[in-house]
Amino acid sequence: MTPNAPSVARIARLTVLSLGALIFLAPYIFMVSTAGKAQSEIFSSSLSLIPQQWSYIENFSKALSRVSMGTLLFNGVIVCALIFVIQIVVAIPCAYAMAKLKFRAARTMMVLVMLGLLVPIHATALPIYVAFDRLSVLNSYAALVAPFSISVFAIFLFLQFFRAMPDELIHAARLDGMSEAGIVARVIVPNAWPAITAFAIFSVVAHWNDLFWPLIVVTNQDYATPPLGLLYFRAAEAGDDYGALMAATLIITLPLVTAFLLAQKRFVEGITMTGLKG
Amino acid sequence: MSVLSLQGITKSYGGNAILKGVSLEAEAGEFIALVGPSGCGKSTLLRIVAGLDHGDAGEIVIGGKSVARMAAADRNVAMVFQSYALYPHLTAGQNIAVPLAMRRLSAAQRLPVVGNLLPGQKQLRSEIQRQVKEMALALKIDHLLDRKPGQMSGGQRQRVALARAMVRRPAVFLMDEPLSNLDANLRVHARGEIVDLHRRAGVPTLYVTHDQSEALSMADRVAVMIGGNLLQLAAPKEIYDNPSHIEVARFLGQPKINVLETRTDAAGIVRFGDLLLLADRGRAPDAPVQLTIRPEFVRFHPASTGRLTGRVERMEFLGSEVIVHARLDAIGDVVTAKSAPSEAAALSLGQPVDVEIMPDRAMLFDQQGARLQAEPVAIAASLEKIHG
Repeated sequence: MTPNAPSVARIARLTVLSLGALIFLAPYIFMVSTAGKAQSEIFSSSLSLIPQQWSYIENFSKALSRVSMGTLLFNGVIVCALIFVIQIVVAIPCAYAMAKLKFRAARTMMVLVMLGLLVPIHATALPIYVAFDRLSVLNSYAALVAPFSISVFAIFLFLQFFRAMPDELIHAARLDGMSEAGIVARVIVPNAWPAITAFAIFSVVAHWNDLFWPLIVVTNQDYATPPLGLLYFRAAEAGDDYGALMAATLIITLPLVTAFLLAQKRFVEGITMTGLKG
Repeated sequence: MSVLSLQGITKSYGGNAILKGVSLEAEAGEFIALVGPSGCGKSTLLRIVAGLDHGDAGEIVIGGKSVARMAAADRNVAMVFQSYALYPHLTAGQNIAVPLAMRRLSAAQRLPVVGNLLPGQKQLRSEIQRQVKEMALALKIDHLLDRKPGQMSGGQRQRVALARAMVRRPAVFLMDEPLSNLDANLRVHARGEIVDLHRRAGVPTLYVTHDQSEALSMADRVAVMIGGNLLQLAAPKEIYDNPSHIEVARFLGQPKINVLETRTDAAGIVRFGDLLLLADRGRAPDAPVQLTIRPEFVRFHPASTGRLTGRVERMEFLGSEVIVHARLDAIGDVVTAKSAPSEAAALSLGQPVDVEIMPDRAMLFDQQGARLQAEPVAIAASLEKIHG
């Protein structure tokens, strides 16, 4: 038997994988399908994937006109970009120091990072909300971004990645005359792209899709992020117009799906952490 | 005048003394090999000289300036690392240019886009490019300048690392086992190249290796470090023929030097077979001593009539020579001899042999390992006659 010939085991494996993929994809497929159906068809008793009447244009124009979709997407991009950039600027030097420099509080910091990983945002949400309220910064980008500016997960991820970088590389950089900041900017970051890309996906996906925190600190539609906007749309405008709602959802999820498909190779690289060998 | 001087460098990690007061002076243009078994502290010493690690005590002077408190970048030393430590994201040419750019361009001039607009930087950059080219030509890597380290072989990477270290003409050149990642053939070839480069550049070099043949063949002087102490620093021939400590004698030489435990008699004379040696001018009577003899100064004769006899136990044929191991009948120790194949042809396994030790090549060490003067007694006796 040649190695490429389909064996029973191979067929079984593929079947299981395909079934799994189908289960995970089903909601998305259903969303795409519903976004193209007219109101009457959605509530009909028959269930079909392909719309009998193509109402995509109608639903999409409804989604785009009834909600300021542009503002939502713009807010989403601004908030996610700010969060990501600040997280990177904070986490990379921090992880570098913890991985490669010797200082007294290193162990304590490691413990704090580990503890930080264990505390969910929901535990700190209320005190932060109260503080923001007193500072009167609710309903602002600052309120949306600030609580996530220090990501212990990012520190942890980069720490693991930097530990695998050879010490000799950093020694060479020091002898070549680089300052510690120079080492981070010129040696660490250019070689940490797989980790940065992987973290970018984690961070952007989490904050693009986050509903919990925007719901708490934002009441003004001008600062609404995409999921919050959807919520308003459903509550106030669409009512039970699921076709338009699904079209809006499709518009909101599309940027992420595209981004992931573009960065897929690097993402997998970053996860497996094989970035720097040989 | 010494260009590099180390005085009493000590270092310990968590109560473990790694360096126990190492002192060393290097003259201008000298190539010094630091050699020793792994864990002897030679790499730590190199890192302390480079400024990548700090000693607990001691003084480092480079070119007349004390640098012990200086940062690595300010010491004007360059280093070649075992793994070469090339920047993986930069091409060979960019790698070589880094130390020059870091020193000559200001922080503003190094900025990606803004830097290109600043006055004077264009000239500096083309000057740097010219020097990189020159260095690359000298090392025959000019065709590799656009490749990244990942696309180069080990030997090519090693040359790029050498170029990066040499391009800024440092005051001292440090190398940490730069050949250990090359395959055996390339290593011998690269040895010669490094020695040639060193001769042309004339920069004093500290070269760390665990390979004694590298140390002996390349260096002007060899420093043997064992257990955190620098035991001896001397020219290769001197350190091989005339070790000051038994550990130095044991470490250098392949196959290993023969060490035989014995005693001096009441007159301070060591008697070993036909061998009569006056130890330490007779000042060590009735004391345990260690008699050493290099395998090339031992001969086995097929017979069993002499005062020192043994039996051939093992023979290793190495082409140009044969290593013969024989167990001594009297004390049960194994003695190794390096013989020419023609001589060894007369020997076979299990054969009784007479052991001949060349008296003027035998060395004596006391129990602590310090060298004792050893005079063959015949000569000593005749000397006594002359001096009455």
